[in-house]
Amino acid sequence: MPNRVAIVGTGQTHHCTRRLDVNGVELIYEAVCRALEDAELKMKDIDGVIIGNMDHFEGINYVDCWSIDGSGGFGKPTMKLTTGGTTGSTLAIGGYHMVASGMFDKLMVIGWEKNSESDTTGAITTAFDPIWDRLVFAGAISGLAVEASVYMATFGVTERDAARVTVRDRRHACLNPYAHLRKEVTIEEVMNSPKLSDPLKLLDLCPRTDGACAVIFASEHVAEKICPKPAWVLGTANRHLYTYLGDADLVNLPSLRRAAQELYSKTGIREPLKQIDVMELYLPYSFAGLSWIEALGLCKPGEAPRLLWDGVTDLGGELPINPSGGVISCNPIGATGLIRCAEAALQIMGKADKRQVPDVKIALSTGFGGCFWSDILLYGAKKPQ
Amino acid sequence: MTERVAIVGVGQTRQERNKVYDTFADMVYEATTLALADAGLSIDQIENVVSASNDFWDGRTISSMAINDACGSYDKNISCVEGDGTFAAFYGMTRILSGAYDTTLVVAHSKGSESVSSHITNAMFDPLYVRALGLDAISSAALQARRYMDRYGITEEQCALVSVKNHGNAFRNPYAQLPLRLTVQDVLQSRKLADPIKLLDASPISDGACAIILARESVARRSAKPPVWVRGVGYCADAYHLGDRDLAECAALVQAARKAYQMAGVRDPRKELDVVELYDAFTYQELLWTEGLGLCGPGEGGRLVESGATQLEGDIPVNPSGGLLSAHTVIAAGLVRIAECVLQLRGEAGERQVKGARTALAHGVNGPCGQSHCVWVLGL
Repeated sequence: MPNRVAIVGTGQTHHCTRRLDVNGVELIYEAVCRALEDAELKMKDIDGVIIGNMDHFEGINYVDCWSIDGSGGFGKPTMKLTTGGTTGSTLAIGGYHMVASGMFDKLMVIGWEKNSESDTTGAITTAFDPIWDRLVFAGAISGLAVEASVYMATFGVTERDAARVTVRDRRHACLNPYAHLRKEVTIEEVMNSPKLSDPLKLLDLCPRTDGACAVIFASEHVAEKICPKPAWVLGTANRHLYTYLGDADLVNLPSLRRAAQELYSKTGIREPLKQIDVMELYLPYSFAGLSWIEALGLCKPGEAPRLLWDGVTDLGGELPINPSGGVISCNPIGATGLIRCAEAALQIMGKADKRQVPDVKIALSTGFGGCFWSDILLYGAKKPQ
Repeated sequence: MTERVAIVGVGQTRQERNKVYDTFADMVYEATTLALADAGLSIDQIENVVSASNDFWDGRTISSMAINDACGSYDKNISCVEGDGTFAAFYGMTRILSGAYDTTLVVAHSKGSESVSSHITNAMFDPLYVRALGLDAISSAALQARRYMDRYGITEEQCALVSVKNHGNAFRNPYAQLPLRLTVQDVLQSRKLADPIKLLDASPISDGACAIILARESVARRSAKPPVWVRGVGYCADAYHLGDRDLAECAALVQAARKAYQMAGVRDPRKELDVVELYDAFTYQELLWTEGLGLCGPGEGGRLVESGATQLEGDIPVNPSGGLLSAHTVIAAGLVRIAECVLQLRGEAGERQVKGARTALAHGVNGPCGQSHCVWVLGL
């Protein structure tokens, strides 16, 4: 019988554009200390560490080895997981399986990135096949611009509809002391921001951020002793469908659709809009806040703008999305998927302060990256059967 | 462990200096196909995949992206461990023990021919204080070798014996890249790379991939080949800065081995293990790691190889495959060690077969001078 697994502590740095006051190891240490403090544990209580980021941003090889002084991995089982943008959620899924296996009781899971030390687009471009893809797709923005164009053409969605997503996430970010961009923007400001790659404008997109996040996963034997109200992991799923960009189906992110179908069927979610209380989604740009919530089954394809304009996904709405401010307000890439996990856990634990959604019983987080890849996790306040 | 996990299929490409006609995906597809055939399974029966790759060695951000279709992961759950394949196999095993999946495919690849090892391994070192010194895998290993030799009186001749043995064993392994008939003199007189390490003390540049299939007991019992059970696994990391460690010792390996032995119920590894496949990136490392694994006492690695005990016919054969000295597919190298142990335990190791092998040990390494070790004890 596998162990049930819960999140018992989380820690984040205060994310910002450039942390000149710390190096990468110190940045990691900051998040780890905060997670330990949150769980009231010492590093000696932790049985193992998994860590991840994207190598080419900071140019550090074997980060699991390099980061030992910050991660607390000295003398412990330490491993690195990396899957690009999905790294953070991949780490969370790893934390779940490793603890569920019975091999660990308390596992420290760390995602981090110091984007200020990187040429982000240059480093992302090397992800793509050097012969077929690299010359025609540079970095992350152009691929997303193509996805947005396909989505608009298919369903008649507008750039203003997408701007509403930015407005929501940036408004929420003002309630989150850890978020990078904590300033509200208006629809007009989004529409008038500089164009980066048609139809995407500066304020449609996430920033580049320095930051780290640490989450402590614990087995059922110890979880409730550490944390009075732990966030139980109910299920995980992921799909990394495409290898070549030219193969990707760009309507409603099929990787997320397939992963969500698997997760919902494993966990008994039939009506996600009704059954789930809060979502922390890896939405790196505005259009994702429309197209991808359709992939999550919150409404039919093409109908997401209505949910957005009706305020359904705002704090106070039926299903608040990204009370943290999401990725449009903060994107330390290797940490980003794990921040979604931490924020979802905080909502269950009732520790989300000003961004708290009342009485959260079920929460969901996602990760996005690679070649239109998706990871997804579901959390509950009640210990699973 | 709450339930037993077995290895039910293994596949490896030939390890070669330059697979000029194969992409990463081609190699991964070959290893995956071979492992599936070996297990008598179709790709539909594989429930999830863990790959191992490294963005630096591959020169690609998100290096797993290059091989996701080749390992048959389409529409499956998949993850990627960045590091040696033994670590990826551990994560693959926990995904079964978690109850989530019945079978995990673990696949690792490396193409040294497309890499500049000195630059890539230089990037392991601290960018502010150390990197500018030009330290890389070879020069850092040289520091470790020198410290180890000084501490315990290990000689260059004893190190050379490892090269003679392992390159000789490679003649019996059709997957190995560098079978060589050598004398100790040949090794001693080979070109110096970084004192005291000479060309024939070092592993070659290699291309290759390896895949294994793990399955929970209920599935493994129905497998085509006799299941090889995971009896114990442990892994552990040491300090990062070389100056924070005593390089003549390998505390992390001792701890990883202790964990694996404890799980496997191994009390006297020298007696209870029948064959060992370890991560001999350099000759001195085989000696040092045999000490860390408790096959002999501290400082006795040199005498162990002199005694002939680690020969194919000895009482504790080490690297009958030829080891890394005969083919070093960096990220895949540890997974190859596991695959070789599986072949040994099934009695399918051909000319390199250790007679009557019932318990085997496989070992993998991450980071400079063996900073992080993973130890597997496998058995019938």
